Amino acid sequence: MAIVPQDLRYTKEHEWIRVERDLATVGITDYAAGQLGDIVFVELPEVGRKVEQFAAVGVIESVKAVSDLFAPVGGEVVETNAELASRPELLNSEPFGAGWMIRIRISDSGQLSKLLGPATYEELTREA
Amino acid sequence: MAYGPHTPEDRAQMLAAIGIASVDDLFADIPPSLRASGLNLPEPESEAELSDRLRRLADRNRVDLISFLGAGAYRHFVPAVVDQLLLRGEFYTAYTPYQPEISQGTLQTIYEYQSLLAELTGLDVVSASHYDGATATAEGALMACRATRRERILIGRGVHPHYRGAVRTYFGGASLVADEIPLLADGPAAGTTDLAALERMLADADRPVAGVVAANPSFLGLLEPMAEIGRLAHAAGALFVSVVEPVSLAVLTPPGEYGADIAAGEGQSLGIPLAFGGPYLGILACREVLVRQIAGRLVGMTSDVDGRRAFVMTLRAREQDIRREKASSNICTNQALCALAAAIYLAAIGPHGLRDVAALGAVRAAELERALAEAGAPRLHSGPYLNEFAVTVPNAGAVHRRLLDRGVLAGLPLAQVEPADPTLADALLVCATETTKPDEIALFGRALGEEIERGRQLGPEGLAGGRPTASGGHPAGGATR
Repeated sequence: MAIVPQDLRYTKEHEWIRVERDLATVGITDYAAGQLGDIVFVELPEVGRKVEQFAAVGVIESVKAVSDLFAPVGGEVVETNAELASRPELLNSEPFGAGWMIRIRISDSGQLSKLLGPATYEELTREA
Repeated sequence: MAYGPHTPEDRAQMLAAIGIASVDDLFADIPPSLRASGLNLPEPESEAELSDRLRRLADRNRVDLISFLGAGAYRHFVPAVVDQLLLRGEFYTAYTPYQPEISQGTLQTIYEYQSLLAELTGLDVVSASHYDGATATAEGALMACRATRRERILIGRGVHPHYRGAVRTYFGGASLVADEIPLLADGPAAGTTDLAALERMLADADRPVAGVVAANPSFLGLLEPMAEIGRLAHAAGALFVSVVEPVSLAVLTPPGEYGADIAAGEGQSLGIPLAFGGPYLGILACREVLVRQIAGRLVGMTSDVDGRRAFVMTLRAREQDIRREKASSNICTNQALCALAAAIYLAAIGPHGLRDVAALGAVRAAELERALAEAGAPRLHSGPYLNEFAVTVPNAGAVHRRLLDRGVLAGLPLAQVEPADPTLADALLVCATETTKPDEIALFGRALGEEIERGRQLGPEGLAGGRPTASGGHPAGGATR
């Protein structure tokens, strides 16, 4: 069974988001990493890029598929995880910790209401 | 696995398994009004009758001409070993393997081709090949846009006009912009890329450039200042796409050494016959950092569970059948047989052999220049060339037609491909290769001298009113009608 931390929020496209004040840390879930298989390459947006909620901002490539990374919330990319360039496997081993992907400065916190809670997300993964 | 055609019993078994009465049921969702009801085909012919008819058709081609035509496709000697190996059934009729790892031999030949071209171009990654130089160049331009996330490229007018046309076609669908960099009109570097103009075009801050595309040698045969073009491109944050001629890479500085990020080119010169325009071979190469942007298939080398060397099709997830509209390209095939021909040719003649081919072509071209100048047709430009150059000939089109009658294919009348350029109105683009013989050059010089003299006496109208010929000839390959 995939891990679903209770203190995070989620998107339908299997991203997780941790919000601290106006800063959001984003990654993909344990469920998503499991579905993708061994991740071999990650393409992240450049720092400074303005992103819109639910827009495709990056690419996650595994041995068998290439999947888009969608921004759970709109704002500006202020940091990206440099470790992933040399260790993309962190998305498989520590998806909620060292495998974090980008940090966004949130432009409209009202958008957070469009995200899923852990229970709803867990339901989603069970149905899949 | 059996490869014979289906028997009626096989068909009945398959129909029963999926529960339909006949194959026609599979097309039930096509409206009856759109279904074909018979095709208007002629009666079948026996193999002997058909062979005869095709042979008579082929005999109408002029294959007797002494050719000085280049312009993107070149006459080279192909050693017999190339055709002999290509004819092997495993290569000749094999289609793209859908479970590629079963075809280790096929994958190995593609890997060898990729490796040989990586050596020639001096770049890290080579795709399994594309249709031809034009589409490879277009893919290279698209790569530059994807990698930089910019929408405008600058393409030199020294790049083959057909390649520029292909880039425009690809760009039109994607709403990208391709602006042409002019050539210098005069001075010692006339005919080569105008670097000052390039710098101005790169300086437009509102329209940043994704890539600069230039060819070396250029379509006019001239050597271009590639390192300088690359430097200007990089200074503006653009990538540098170099269009190359593979045989020339044996003697000219390869793109990897003058700062190209991407190289594209036509591989026909490597063991592939002129064949009246195709099939040819698109070469595409790039630096390691762009490996995930390169279009086309990639074969990689790895080891299997038992530690033995194995070849695989790699980075497959990037291809169109998986990535769909987000793929780097719609291309998910390659010119396997032509790539194999190129690999065999390179392996057979080796690096020294290839250098000899290029060098001998250059020697013959210098002899050709002298002979044509003596005949009254001096070079149009003065910059250095390798084995191709343009000469000024009064009434070039009419002279070209009359020389065809005399058995000489006097290159390409440039007005045919650049009708709007007045400086090319009376110019022929000619080339020599290692197959060009000194007595052929002498014959061309003599015949051209006579036709130029005749033109002087008759005037342009008199010259054009000469005996009708079979046809003006098609620029590529030498075929008529």
